[in-house]
Amino acid sequence: MKKEETAETANRPDNTAFTQQRLPAWQPMLSAGIVIPGFVLIGVAFIGIGVALFVTSKNIQVLERDYTGVEKNSPCFKCTNSDTTNCVCNLNFTLSKLFEGPVFFYYGLSNYYQNYRKYGVSRDDGQLSGDTDNFKTPSDSCAPYEYSQKKPIVPCGSIANSFFNDSFRLFQVINGNRKQVPFDGKGIAWWTDYNIKFHNPTKVNGSLQKAFAGTVKPPNWPRPAYELDPQDPANNGFLNQDFLVWMRAAALPDFRKLYRRITEGDYAKGLPAGNYTLDITYNYPVLSFDGRKKVVFSNVSWMGGKNQFLGIAYLVIGSLCVVMSLVMLIVYAKFKFPEDDS
Amino acid sequence: MLRWIRQQLDFDPPHQSDTRTVYIANRFPQHGHYVPQKFADNRIISSKYTVWNFVPKNLFEQFRRIANFYFLIIFLVQLMIDTPTSPVTSGLPLFFVITVTAIKQGYEDWLRHKADNEVNGAPVFVVRSGSLVQTRSKNIRVGDIVRVAKDETFPADLVLLSSDRTEGTCHITTASLDGETNLKTHFAVPETAVSQSVSQLEALLAVVECQQPEADLYRFVGRITVTQLGEEIVRPLGPENLLLRGARLKNTKEIFGVAVYTGMESKMALNYKCKSQKRSAVEKSMNTFLIIYLGILLFEAILSTILKYAWQAEGQWNEPFYNQKTEQERNSSQILKFISDFLAFLVLYNFIIPISLYVTVEMQKFLGSFFIGWDLDLYHEESDQKAQVNTSDLNEELGQVEYVFTDKTGTLTENEMQFRECSINGIKYQEINGKLVPEGMTDDFPDGSVPQLSREEELFLKAVSLCHTVQISYDQTDSPAGPFSHANGISIQMEYYASSPDEKALVEAMKRLGVTFLGNNGEKMEVKTFGRSETYELLHVLEFDANRRRMSVILQAPSGEKILFTKGAESSVLPYAKSGEIEKTRVHVDEFALKGLRTLVVACRHFSVQEYEEVDRRLHEARTALQQREERLAEVFAFIERDLHLLGATGVEDKLQEKVQETIEALRLAGIKVWVLTGDKHETAISVSLSCGHFHRTMNILELLQQRSDNECAEQLGRLARRIKEDHVIQHGLVVDGASLSLALREHEKLFMEVCRNCSAVLCCRMAPLQKAKVVRLFKTSPEKPITLAIGDGANDVSMIQEAHVGIGIMGKEGRQAVRNSDYAFARFKFLAKLLLVHGHFYYIRIATLVQYFFYKNVCFITPQFLYQFFCLFSQQTLYDSVYLTLYNICFTSLPILVYSLFEQLVHPHVLQNKPALYRDISKNSLLSFKTFLYWTLLGFFHAFIFFFGSYILMGEDTSLMGNGQMFGNWTFGTLVFTVMVITVTLKLALETHFWTWMNHFVTWGSIAFYFIFSLFYGGIIWPFLHTQDMYFVFVQLLSSGSAWFAIIIIVLSCLFPDVIKKVLYRHLQPTSTQKSQVIEAQQGVGCLDSMCCFSEGESGGARLGRLVDRVMSRCDPARVRRSWSDLDPFYSNDRSILTLSPVESTHC
Repeated sequence: MKKEETAETANRPDNTAFTQQRLPAWQPMLSAGIVIPGFVLIGVAFIGIGVALFVTSKNIQVLERDYTGVEKNSPCFKCTNSDTTNCVCNLNFTLSKLFEGPVFFYYGLSNYYQNYRKYGVSRDDGQLSGDTDNFKTPSDSCAPYEYSQKKPIVPCGSIANSFFNDSFRLFQVINGNRKQVPFDGKGIAWWTDYNIKFHNPTKVNGSLQKAFAGTVKPPNWPRPAYELDPQDPANNGFLNQDFLVWMRAAALPDFRKLYRRITEGDYAKGLPAGNYTLDITYNYPVLSFDGRKKVVFSNVSWMGGKNQFLGIAYLVIGSLCVVMSLVMLIVYAKFKFPEDDS
Repeated sequence: MLRWIRQQLDFDPPHQSDTRTVYIANRFPQHGHYVPQKFADNRIISSKYTVWNFVPKNLFEQFRRIANFYFLIIFLVQLMIDTPTSPVTSGLPLFFVITVTAIKQGYEDWLRHKADNEVNGAPVFVVRSGSLVQTRSKNIRVGDIVRVAKDETFPADLVLLSSDRTEGTCHITTASLDGETNLKTHFAVPETAVSQSVSQLEALLAVVECQQPEADLYRFVGRITVTQLGEEIVRPLGPENLLLRGARLKNTKEIFGVAVYTGMESKMALNYKCKSQKRSAVEKSMNTFLIIYLGILLFEAILSTILKYAWQAEGQWNEPFYNQKTEQERNSSQILKFISDFLAFLVLYNFIIPISLYVTVEMQKFLGSFFIGWDLDLYHEESDQKAQVNTSDLNEELGQVEYVFTDKTGTLTENEMQFRECSINGIKYQEINGKLVPEGMTDDFPDGSVPQLSREEELFLKAVSLCHTVQISYDQTDSPAGPFSHANGISIQMEYYASSPDEKALVEAMKRLGVTFLGNNGEKMEVKTFGRSETYELLHVLEFDANRRRMSVILQAPSGEKILFTKGAESSVLPYAKSGEIEKTRVHVDEFALKGLRTLVVACRHFSVQEYEEVDRRLHEARTALQQREERLAEVFAFIERDLHLLGATGVEDKLQEKVQETIEALRLAGIKVWVLTGDKHETAISVSLSCGHFHRTMNILELLQQRSDNECAEQLGRLARRIKEDHVIQHGLVVDGASLSLALREHEKLFMEVCRNCSAVLCCRMAPLQKAKVVRLFKTSPEKPITLAIGDGANDVSMIQEAHVGIGIMGKEGRQAVRNSDYAFARFKFLAKLLLVHGHFYYIRIATLVQYFFYKNVCFITPQFLYQFFCLFSQQTLYDSVYLTLYNICFTSLPILVYSLFEQLVHPHVLQNKPALYRDISKNSLLSFKTFLYWTLLGFFHAFIFFFGSYILMGEDTSLMGNGQMFGNWTFGTLVFTVMVITVTLKLALETHFWTWMNHFVTWGSIAFYFIFSLFYGGIIWPFLHTQDMYFVFVQLLSSGSAWFAIIIIVLSCLFPDVIKKVLYRHLQPTSTQKSQVIEAQQGVGCLDSMCCFSEGESGGARLGRLVDRVMSRCDPARVRRSWSDLDPFYSNDRSILTLSPVESTHC
């Protein structure tokens, strides 16, 4: 080592905070002293939030009616026979007080697996964005609803084919007269779905129908896509709001989908107390798989529909926090200096 | 390398003879049936790949790893059958992992190629067709005569033909081969030594026969046949004639040599050893956990498949009208469908095996190991050596050590020898001020007077100064006149080089005492005795070897008398001594040993003329033998080294290294058993053991020594075992010697182990290198399978270092063999404490948490997916989008754990080092015990259930969560679960983190932020190349819902609450000693600043302690001060208190 006096400390490691593992660091310790006040604070805050959420949720009114027609005495029993077509049944209900608006009208399906994998992928987003190339050759994932009699199906796939096709009309019964409650079908689908994700094919000579030339409708549909809404020409093709709502597959087998909002005319403030009757055009078969159909009227708060879960969860966790902080306080008082009694 | 050898063998089966014949300058005999042998060329290939085979070979090597292979299979399954996720989801991470590894390996190989090319293209001079030709190193063929100039390295293994010196010697240094820095003299045979010019060499007709290449650097057997004037002269060739590739020519202008081993067959190349892979305990547990998880995976997949078919048995679920099957699906065979469903589930759940685990662990180990090399505390200022990490695979094993097996010389001691005492002819002498003073007398000679030495004394001194293999280096040795020109001057430039420090110390001592060794010039040795020069002719050297444990020289004295001087261990010289003060010397040797001195006994033998002739003849025969040369040599040596006249003994002191005692004590407090294994006498060993604190004076020392038979040994063992049982309060120490040990191990392994386990210190003396390894193996394979660590500095420790779980080399004076074969190496024994107690502790905690956390986060990840199957008819619908599946492990959750595993410090390093007992907290792989594994796995499941069912209940009634009454779809549900999961998993790690550097903050909060930013970006664009646009705006819609925010907060917090509560309660009810010291640390506020000045100024521990105590005094009540005093710093209390403290420590840990 005497040979190289000059490079005596050439190998000396750098003396920096990083190499010596002594970077400045915050070293928190989960001791009772910090956790107990923290828990109390969080607990109190949670209880507060919980109460607020619970009250908010409590104020939301919900009216739910099953119209599957399983029981013989239910109004839609007559329609459950698969032979009948365009069967209309009436569902009557009474509101004892004002159902505050804006009222949202949902239909719901139970035991219906929109989240089935093969079902979920059975669509062609290319078609739905109006790409006519995909009109001629639908995606393979659409099978078995890819071609019908050698002609491409547009929109292809199981989701589109199983499009929910019951329709509803609501009447208020005033002195035996039926007064139709106007439904608002706009804005029930996501804004981005309507404006960006889904597009109709470019109209040929101003006609949407011609853009669909060479394709056939999905087998279960009574009418082709460009005639979905006979009343409103703008609500046709892939930009039909009901269709958009349906195409967003639900996460769980019991789901609701928004059908209409009641925001207009005399009912902008809500549905006044009184008798109502709902005309249901019963098309959609669910009994084969033990499914259920229902309609739901609900108003919403800023946090959405009626959802007790959040409020309760906050209350429970909040009070648990407080209780646990008490327990810890006792423990802390008893074993304050654990190193002294060993 | 192997390929080359194999090639060589395959192509050349007829030449698998034991010897190879090399015709010098490739002059083959004109007549006769000569078949040219095929030799490898001189190209060195250390690289693994070529441009052509890199891709296939590298891929093959990578897919040999189980994990990579598993993911390859998954990927192939995804390609083959219709699976829920696209092949990209597993292909991309796999590709990423493979690419990163391939780039790393490719780069390393490129460097090797570069080095190879440099070596192979180096210019060399070769004698060809009568002239000196410059060529490239790779063109050297076996048989070529190569010229090497001063300070050049040898391009191949050469047999020395001639040098510029007439006697045909040259000096070389083999520092780059074995690290020995001393100069070694190599010889040419006299017949070739005269051929000093190219033309003479051209005329040389000689054949070298030698053994086939082998890796042993110190073994070479061959002979050279020189044809001179039609007469064939045969000369033996040994290692002293062979110049190894890689060694360097010193002090010699030029040499000529004939290449015998070239390229990959040279000894250096054969020593490129692929070290055996050591696997750490953590890695083993990791593999066990992987298998358990594989089990969980298979169970989930099978369960799902069965349930799916159970469900589908009812027709209405099998094919409802809205979800018709295709013709193909209806018609495919039931069994095929079943299998493909099973595989699909396997693919769906495959993420439960964390793909990035291996990459992260490797990165952590690789990057983390830098901290060892960087540590200033492991840097040795005097020798300018920092710690060296040879394998980063074992970092965490440093935290698990239970047994330390340490060498003594050079490891516990400095290996800096200092001559102290000697015994001549039965009288003890001490060296005082450069004079030999008989025992009992004081240094009362008047200054300047030359003490009169008796004949025995002089003979003894001469014997010591002649019987060795020391070389001399003069600083300006260019003058060919050689060493003797300095003989009369002041020889200040003279420096001794010796392979053994004992020899060097002895020769230097003799110089001080007046008998100066001036160097050997060829076969002459020159000594100056009190100004009078004498020349001895060196006839033979009987080299030292570990079995004989002695070495001899045969000299012709100026008087013409032929004398043998022998020097060696007392046990291997005394039995052969016939005359002299044998008994007195033996007593003196034992006394020296008791003082901790290393002893050597010196003897001589005078040969009569006839005797010498016989000796000479037999030696020559043995040396020229081609077969069994070693055995025959040993036989001849035994014949020569007998009937000795004992001259005396020497005692050389080996100083203890600093802080050895503290280190051993710290290791003991840490629950580590320290064994000292040494080749020394047991008296020496015990005294060193006592002085270094390995044995305490209060310890009851048990002895198992000099057992000659099995029965005796068994009885003694039984007695010892009884004594231990009777007396279990006091600590026991055991001393075993090599012979007894081999008896004990042969028959009574269990009993011996039993005794050893109950001894707090064990000392093995008189150990042969292989015995050291055997002891280590015995413990390694004992039923408890403790983790062993071996530490040593010399070549004799290599076997033990390689055998132990962790091998540590000390960069000492005995070459670098130990360092090269070790896993870690540093300069001083005391560094072991920091390496184990601090680095080992940190690495273990880091990697253990890393492994557990990885499994945890993947359980969290995939269990919701499994639960979702119950709600989607087991249709293998994924809960999360493919991109999320792919990126979860490689982007969203990878960095925080990596940074954690690099920087986490549970306790301040200071505290860890001062409180060795903390090491017990992590012993026995406790953080990876089944209990903790279960905790993490169950926690994973628990969290996964909360994520999933929390989100499920929130959405379960399927009310709208948005203020505009719109509904969410399945992807929003999955994204909600995923968001909650990413946050929870990241925060869970945050809860585990005790040491928050800016990097931890950056990656923890950065990861969450990155997830949000990425999701916004990913969901904000219609991706043109994606098949489906499922995720479009899903994330924004989710975040636009107030309920979702509230749900995320409550789910995340309710996941973490139980954990927080558990941690707090455990801390207060059942604190581990680690946690206690965290408290102490916090109270003392040992900050970064403090530690900085402590370490950088190299302040003594005492002063540090003093400051610490001051701080404690000023902040805590007196009662606690006393406690933390004894707790904190056992180093500075006296022995007795340590003894009483240790049981206390062990009970409350």
